[in-house]
Amino acid sequence: MTRRSIVYLGLVVAVVATLLPFIWMLLGSFKTQGEILRNPSGFWPQAPTAGNYATWFTELHLGQFFLNSVVVAAVTVVGNLLFCSMVGYALAKFEFRGKRFIFTLVMITLMVPGVVTFVPLFVLVAKLGLTNTYTALILPFLTSPLGVFMMRQFIADIPDALLEAARIDGAGELRIFARIVLPLCGPPLATLGILTFLGSWNNFLWPLVAAQTQDMYTLPVALSLYSTGQIATQYGLLLAGSVLVIAPIVLVFVFLQRYFTQGIATVGVR
Amino acid sequence: MIAWAFALPFVLLFGAFTFIPLVSSFGMSFTDFHSSDVQTPFAIDFVGLDQYVKLFQTPQFLRSMWTTAYYVIVGIPLTMGVALGLAVALNSGINRFRTAFRTGFYTPVVTSIVAVAVVWRFILQQEGPLNTVLGLVGIDGPDWLNSTTWAMPAMIIMGVWRNMGTLMVIFLAGLQTIPTELDEAARTDGAGPLKRFTSITLPLMRPTLLFGAVLLSVWYLQFFEEPFVMTQGGPLDATLSVSYFAYKQFGFGNYAFASAASYVLFVAIALLSMVMFRALRSKK
Repeated sequence: MTRRSIVYLGLVVAVVATLLPFIWMLLGSFKTQGEILRNPSGFWPQAPTAGNYATWFTELHLGQFFLNSVVVAAVTVVGNLLFCSMVGYALAKFEFRGKRFIFTLVMITLMVPGVVTFVPLFVLVAKLGLTNTYTALILPFLTSPLGVFMMRQFIADIPDALLEAARIDGAGELRIFARIVLPLCGPPLATLGILTFLGSWNNFLWPLVAAQTQDMYTLPVALSLYSTGQIATQYGLLLAGSVLVIAPIVLVFVFLQRYFTQGIATVGVR
Repeated sequence: MIAWAFALPFVLLFGAFTFIPLVSSFGMSFTDFHSSDVQTPFAIDFVGLDQYVKLFQTPQFLRSMWTTAYYVIVGIPLTMGVALGLAVALNSGINRFRTAFRTGFYTPVVTSIVAVAVVWRFILQQEGPLNTVLGLVGIDGPDWLNSTTWAMPAMIIMGVWRNMGTLMVIFLAGLQTIPTELDEAARTDGAGPLKRFTSITLPLMRPTLLFGAVLLSVWYLQFFEEPFVMTQGGPLDATLSVSYFAYKQFGFGNYAFASAASYVLFVAIALLSMVMFRALRSKK
């Protein structure tokens, strides 16, 4: 056996082992409760059924949770793209009082554990009377220090001459930002957009606390509550729910993975 | 003026939802703020370092520090080792299916922990698929999630599985900056693969490896999601991390106590990152 075939063999074994939980999840989601209880370690479904999926759509209000997740993620993505590139532009191309302070603060908050701001954030949202609203789910995530850092780094590399030329031609600052800076920021905006979508879609601790009635649950919150509550032992149903939660993100990932990995390789984020 | 206009939306949002909470959490940790005081702010008293003193007298908190340290000390080298192995294999001149492999190893990173927990809880059951596989090679697997000894190793296995993809991508980027001429020169000089790995790849990868270690330590010190969805911190607090301890205290309404615990964690993260960044800079 050549060295190369040993490498391939090792990689195939490793990738199958890595993906096995997902394969098992997918196969299990087509099994009936009875089959899973009879043979917990079984692999192929004996009598495949889509019943678990049907239950999610009819009895478990999947549509509502899906809609909530989409709304929250969409607004969060748009906010991040806009606000992070705006402040990134200011930090990269202007001198102003407080600039160093803002940038240092952004760098520090990259290291702040989530639990630190959790309590005051909850108290604040409660005092503003925002608990159990879309606003509460979205507002705290509308900008991110990481996005600011990424956009600042990229915009700093745009040649000043380009902006000066536009200024001499009499273009206003807003116009320069919208017509020159933003169109050049395609790649980092794509990366930021995808990472923000990923973070928002998978986020569950804050929505678990901030959303209190079923009509506000996002997908992970619903799955988390169902899996410890009313369907805790209905494995087939839970597995189908898991497939429904991860399917959209895996699809986005497979088609746009270039942007995921680029973001990680350059700034080290997930 | 114009710069401030561009910065304003961020400054307002960041100020309200990150900076003010960050500062008030710090302030809160020196008071006796409890959830019952939310409507009556005048009932809150300044208590100095009392919460911190109480923290270090609470056995559950001390235990949670050990649990977090366990996760960090075992989890980081393991994750880095696996990720480096995968990156080196993917960088060893194979071209076919390279993207497919990379996609496969990275998939756990993008999937929701809540969804993943459903299937992992099942995999780790006493009669579950993992123990069935172990049984084939003659190992009598434990009841992973209900054993005070094996619950943490199970969390670490999950952590490695969920984070190796990120590190692999970072290491791959690092490996690709190593000039191939160096490797070829060593090969013509008769150096074997192991020798080339230890005397060319590893030294040149040092900054990348350290960067990966810093990232992982920032994440792993915040160890929370796996036990939250898998074990609720049990059995008998065996998987209760510092983050989880703080979250639980928040749930009990002990807001000041929770803030103090979270600040201890923040200081630990800041110190460790600073030490590592210094090491990174001095050897560059």
